Amino acid sequence: MRREAAGAAVRGGLALLGLALLPWVLGGDFYVNLASQVLIYALLALSLNLLIGAAGLTSLGHAAYLGIAAYAAAWLTGNAGFGALPAALAALAIGTASAAVFGVLALRASGLGFLMITLALGQIVWGVAYRWVSLTGGDNGIRLADRPAVLGFDLGTPVAFYYFAAAVFALAFLFLRRLALSPLGACLRGTKEQPRRMAMLGHHVWMLRWIAFVLAGFWGSVAGLLYLYYHKFVSPQALSLQQSAEALLMVLLGGSSTLAGPVVGAAVITLVKNLVSSYVDRWLTLLGVIFVAVVVFMPQGIVPGLAGLLRRLRALRPERAGAAPPRAAAGHEAAP
Amino acid sequence: MQFWLIQTLNSLALGGLLFLLSSGFSLIFGLQRIPNLAHGALFMLGAYIGTSLLAREVDFWLAAPLAGVLVGLLGVALERLVLRRLAGNEQGQVLVTLGVAFIIADLCLLVWTGDPIPVPAPEGLRRPVFLFGFAFPTYRLVVLGIAVAAAIGLFLLMERTRLGAMIRAGVDDPEMARGVGIRVSGLFTTVFCLGVALAGTAGVLGGPILSAYPGLDADMLPLALVVVILGGVGSLLGAFVGSFVVSSIYNFGTALFPDLAYVILFLPMVLALVFKPEGLFGRVRA
Amino acid sequence: MSAAAAPALAVEGLAKRFGGLTVTRDVSLAVMPGERRLIIGPNGAGKTTLFNLITGEIAADAGSVRLFGQELLGLPTRRRAHLGLARTYQILTLFPRETLLHNVVLALLGLAPFRWDPWSALACRRALREEALEALARVGLAGAAERTVAETSYGERRRLELAMALAQRPRVLLLDEPLAGLSQPERHAIRELLEAIPRDVTIVMIEHDMDVALAFAERITVLHFGEVIVEGTRAEVVADPRTREVYLGE
Repeated sequence: MRREAAGAAVRGGLALLGLALLPWVLGGDFYVNLASQVLIYALLALSLNLLIGAAGLTSLGHAAYLGIAAYAAAWLTGNAGFGALPAALAALAIGTASAAVFGVLALRASGLGFLMITLALGQIVWGVAYRWVSLTGGDNGIRLADRPAVLGFDLGTPVAFYYFAAAVFALAFLFLRRLALSPLGACLRGTKEQPRRMAMLGHHVWMLRWIAFVLAGFWGSVAGLLYLYYHKFVSPQALSLQQSAEALLMVLLGGSSTLAGPVVGAAVITLVKNLVSSYVDRWLTLLGVIFVAVVVFMPQGIVPGLAGLLRRLRALRPERAGAAPPRAAAGHEAAP
Repeated sequence: MQFWLIQTLNSLALGGLLFLLSSGFSLIFGLQRIPNLAHGALFMLGAYIGTSLLAREVDFWLAAPLAGVLVGLLGVALERLVLRRLAGNEQGQVLVTLGVAFIIADLCLLVWTGDPIPVPAPEGLRRPVFLFGFAFPTYRLVVLGIAVAAAIGLFLLMERTRLGAMIRAGVDDPEMARGVGIRVSGLFTTVFCLGVALAGTAGVLGGPILSAYPGLDADMLPLALVVVILGGVGSLLGAFVGSFVVSSIYNFGTALFPDLAYVILFLPMVLALVFKPEGLFGRVRA
Repeated sequence: MSAAAAPALAVEGLAKRFGGLTVTRDVSLAVMPGERRLIIGPNGAGKTTLFNLITGEIAADAGSVRLFGQELLGLPTRRRAHLGLARTYQILTLFPRETLLHNVVLALLGLAPFRWDPWSALACRRALREEALEALARVGLAGAAERTVAETSYGERRRLELAMALAQRPRVLLLDEPLAGLSQPERHAIRELLEAIPRDVTIVMIEHDMDVALAFAERITVLHFGEVIVEGTRAEVVADPRTREVYLGE
């Protein structure tokens, strides 16, 4: 037990060090900005995975929270004269509150019904952003004059913003990892597998799911703030079905059963999208193709798939053969 | 007065289109447990195919069913080649239909470009008819008539034919239907093809009202979703009533409160979810 | 009625219809504290449905279910669990990818106030772990605690079903065919486990294995087409011609 904790601390320290050194490794502004984008989407994917990986609820409207928080912060700063910090806090509150309300509606169903309701809710939020021109600027969106200064640090440069995003991401990751290993996380995973038994064991299945929904909305809203600060702009694109689908694909591609999966998925999708977009204009087709391919050929996702492959390779090595039973998928304890 | 009459007729015409779209969606969902998220994209594809056929001087009344057949064949391919491989993996099937929706939408953009393509109403239906001193757009009345005829046809198909009996059995209790030896696989393909073909035909019929433009898919899919959540999964009657409720709310909402049309659209769905989650006419929970 | 004299489980006039099909028709039974009650009846008699109605997994149309005098109908299943009701399932309802230990931990967590804790590590809860190991030891699974359910035998899974329900320290325990699918020696082992359950737990059991069941139960209720046909002591029920008609003589 203690050795495991020490191992986790060492791995966490190494990951932090890696995050801190990344801008030096990458060098140019272009790559640092790309890394910032990866972090923002990784956070979005991690928040969505609270629903998918932990609670077993597939949402197709998760971009709504990213978009609502981004719109709220932009509008409050630009139109209502809020300072950066009050606007950010209010935006998080608004994003989380909408998740609280939408959660009540979507959790009237589970499985496919849940998926459809989240999709409908997401599309309605998109419709409001698109049509309510006097509030949202319609297709033109809302601009943010400047990135705020955080604790006296100006986030104007790519490297400064990267460190801000990395700090927020690390905080979120820590929280989600603690949650995964906590009693609440264990109960939530239980509702995914056997909701009926969980109720018979005295668990409040609906409440557990709703808490997951609200937490997912909260961290999605945090991602929305980062999104706004990064682009200094928000438009209906931020909460489109395409954005929700991309977030979902990140989770599925990386693998929903581990915490690392959504992060890897976010990195792959963000990099491919940027790469493809600089050559051809057919990202949407490629997105569709990856979607179909992942579902048909790689239902587990990259991280669990690789972990399984690694285990099988190890089992092939003669001195290890039969040494350890193939117990528990990698990161099984780390699923949120 | 003229405003209310015209808006009512617009609502009824849109409701007719919506019924053609959502009845197929609802039946496929009820029978196969697949909310076909490509349904909006297939509606749009139908609309675009219609514009190309019309541009080649094909008669409108031939173009509509022809586009339906083409879209239906695409549906058969999708069902047989992809969805079939994922039998038992409901979530996988949904996600695949979403992926296909993106591919179709993007390819439509590639082929038919980003500019909206207006579709003229068929010859002879372009001039309004005058009733009780008011002018009515003739084509919309015809669309409403077609939708009602289609509804009656579908009701008869469901209530009076062997195929309909099998579909009803499958919607009510899929396990039982398999148990009594209904050839589910053939039934699935038939219903998927039929539902998708209806969407394609509706796309062409909707052309003169909505025209064909990128984003038509994203506009239509949520409407169909709300219809089905409201009317109940797998229920034709629910789809019928739901279509006209949703189209009226949407139409009057857009006309009276253009900013808030989507919020208004959302209200009946919220009420339905809170008070009757299985939908107004559904037996299966969404 | 004083609390001491109240039945542990009192079912009165319980009814349930699915569409046109009546699956439970005016069922009444009273199980006294510490009693071992057997419920038998041919397939489709509505035995499992009766359990589902008592636990609230299916909503009843009419009637009353009281646990030590407290009305349960209208309460959600989880509340009934907190009041001291536990059950096992005929169709194994376990967490297949988790270890046996974790399965029991989830059972214990259901009643633990800290189940809402999102921050501290579950693995650091020593007392919880000890209690779970104890529950596993009670059903002879102490050595298998770290194995996943998928790696255990069917017989071990049946025991886990029992361990999870017992871990909840129920006042009334519903056992739905705890011997289903087991071999003779395994049945014997489970029978010993059941007999070791202390008398402060009231047990209602559905079982087809008459040898074990008749030896275990003091009173027997016979269900047929959703109705109580016969109820009484072992000897009374076995001797009753209606029992032979609907069940033993089939």
